[in-house]
Amino acid sequence: MVSFNRNLALEAPHIRLQGLGKTYAGGAGPVEALQDIDLSIRRGEIFGIIGRSGAGKSSLIRTLNRLESPSRGQVLIDGEDIAALDAAQLVRLRRRVGMIFQHFNLMSAKTVWQNVALPLKVAGVAPARVRERVDELLGLVGLQDKHDAYPAQLSGGQKQRVGIARALVHRPDVLLCDEATSALDPESTQSILALLRDINRRFGLTVVLITHEMAVIREVCDRVVVLDKGRIVEQGAVWEVFGDPAHPVTRTLLGERERGLPEDVQGRLQSRRPAEPGDLLLEVRFTGAGRREPDLLAITQALGAPVILLQGGVERIQGHAHGRLLLQVGDDGEDVPARLHGLADHVEVLGYVVPV
Amino acid sequence: MSSLSERLLHALLDTLLMIGASSLVVLAVGLPLALVLVTTGPGGIFQALPLNRVLGSVVNVLRSIPFLILMVALIPFTRLIVGTSYGVWAAVVPLTLAATPFFARIAEVSLREVDHGLVEAAQAMGCQRRHIVWNVLLPEARPGIVGGFTITLVTMINSSAMAGAIGAGGLGDLAYRYGYQRFDTQVMLTVIIVLVLLVTLIQFGGDRLARWLNKRG
Repeated sequence: MVSFNRNLALEAPHIRLQGLGKTYAGGAGPVEALQDIDLSIRRGEIFGIIGRSGAGKSSLIRTLNRLESPSRGQVLIDGEDIAALDAAQLVRLRRRVGMIFQHFNLMSAKTVWQNVALPLKVAGVAPARVRERVDELLGLVGLQDKHDAYPAQLSGGQKQRVGIARALVHRPDVLLCDEATSALDPESTQSILALLRDINRRFGLTVVLITHEMAVIREVCDRVVVLDKGRIVEQGAVWEVFGDPAHPVTRTLLGERERGLPEDVQGRLQSRRPAEPGDLLLEVRFTGAGRREPDLLAITQALGAPVILLQGGVERIQGHAHGRLLLQVGDDGEDVPARLHGLADHVEVLGYVVPV
Repeated sequence: MSSLSERLLHALLDTLLMIGASSLVVLAVGLPLALVLVTTGPGGIFQALPLNRVLGSVVNVLRSIPFLILMVALIPFTRLIVGTSYGVWAAVVPLTLAATPFFARIAEVSLREVDHGLVEAAQAMGCQRRHIVWNVLLPEARPGIVGGFTITLVTMINSSAMAGAIGAGGLGDLAYRYGYQRFDTQVMLTVIIVLVLLVTLIQFGGDRLARWLNKRG
C-alpha cells in the first residue's frame, strides 16, 4: 500500500495551484485573502496547510472544490482547470472531492444513516445500492450501531466519523479537511487522525487538510505549506519544515517553548565569558537533515565532564530525529562547539553559567 | 329560534371552515414565498436582488395595513374572486391576504437561521440548488416553520373574529351580535371560553409537533 503511494508520487501532480489569488471587497477597501499561491499536491499524499487564523487557509481549501472562486490564477485537478466547469460538471467534480468540516455540518433533522445516504440520494443512485454503500461506510468508520441516531445524540468524534463517511460515499479521490479536528478533544483528535491516515493508505486518497495545530501536521502529514497573510512563507516535507523552520511564523506555530530558555537557567546566564572558567550553556539541535541520530555516548565523550542535561527532547517525524538538548558543560577555554562536529546539526553557545 | 348550543356549534364550524380554508392557502403560498425571500436575498442560493426587493416591499406593505382596514379595502377584490362580500368565503380572501405575508416573514426567519455551513456541506457533496431546498433548508427549518404556522393560526382566529363583525359569520359574529349588540353576557362568555379552548388546543398541538420535529437535542 505504501509503495503504491510512492510510485504514484512520481507522476504528474494531482492538484496544482498556479498564481492563485483571492480578493474580497472589504468595508475599508479590497482585502487580499490569498496572493501568488503556487503549489503542487501529489496523488496519494496527505498535504497540510497551516497558518494562524486569518492567514487564508479556509479560502485556500475552498478554492479546491470551488466553494470559493479565485480572483486570479488557476486550480488544476488532474490537469483540468476547474474554473471552466459548467454547473453539471461542477457537481461531478464535487462528487470526486469529498470534504469534512470543523463543525461537522451534519443535517440535524436526518439520522446518521440518512446523512450518509444524502449525497447518493441526490445523485439518483438506486436505493439498493445506497443501502449497501451506506452500511459499508458506517462499518468503515465504526458506527454500524448508530444508524438511527440523530447527530445531536453523538459525541464530537462520532459526528466527525459520520462526516467522513458522508464525504467518502461517492468514492472520491480527494478528501478536503477543513480544521477537521479543531473542535475535538485530544483523544477524539487522535482517533480521527488515525482514521484519516488509514483511509489515505487504504484507498490511496489524496488528503488536503488545513489546521492551526502543528501537532496535527506532525501526526499525519507528508508535506506542509505555511501560510501567512495570504502567502506561502514556507513549504516542504514535514520533517524539513519542523526540523529547521526558516520563517518566524513557522516558529511561532511550532511554539516559542522550543526556542526559549527555562526561567531559572535564564537567571543564571551571562553573555561574557568569566575570567575564571566555569560552565557554559550549549544548545545542541537535531533538524533531521542527513538523518543524524542523537548519539549520547559520543556527545558526552566529545564534551568531557561535566555534561548536565538541563532540558531537551527528541521527536521522530517521518523517521527523522528532531529536537534540541540544552546542556551545561565544562568550559576549558577552547572551542567547545567544534567538538560536536558531525554529531549534531547545530551547536551554539548560549551563554556562560554563573556559579550559584 | 335555535338554541344557544346549536348556534354555537354552527358558529364554531364557520370559524373552523374560515381558518381551515385560509390556512391551506397561507401555507401553500406563504412557504414558497418565504423560500423565495431567503434564497434570492444577498448570498442566497438563487440570489436575485431586484426580485427580492420587490417581494420584500409587497410583503411589508401588506403587513403594515391593519386587518380591519385591509378587509374593507379589499371588498371589491373579494367580490371579484368569490362573488360576494358577505359570509364565510368572503372572509377567506382578506384572512389569506393578511396571514400569508405574516407567515412568510416568520418562516423566512426560520429558514434564514439554517446554519450556512449545512448549505456549504450540501454544495460540497454535489447537491444542486433544488436538492438544497428540499434536503437542507426545509427539513432543518421545519420545527421553526411549524411553530410559526401555529402562531399564524392563532392570529388568524383573532382576525376571523374581526371579520365576523362585518358579517363573515363564525364565533366572532356570534359574540358581536349577541354579546355586544344585545348585551347577552352568557353568549359572550361561552364564545370566549370556546375561543380560549380552540387557541389552547392549536398552540398545544403545534408545540408538540415542533418539539417532535426538532432533533437538535
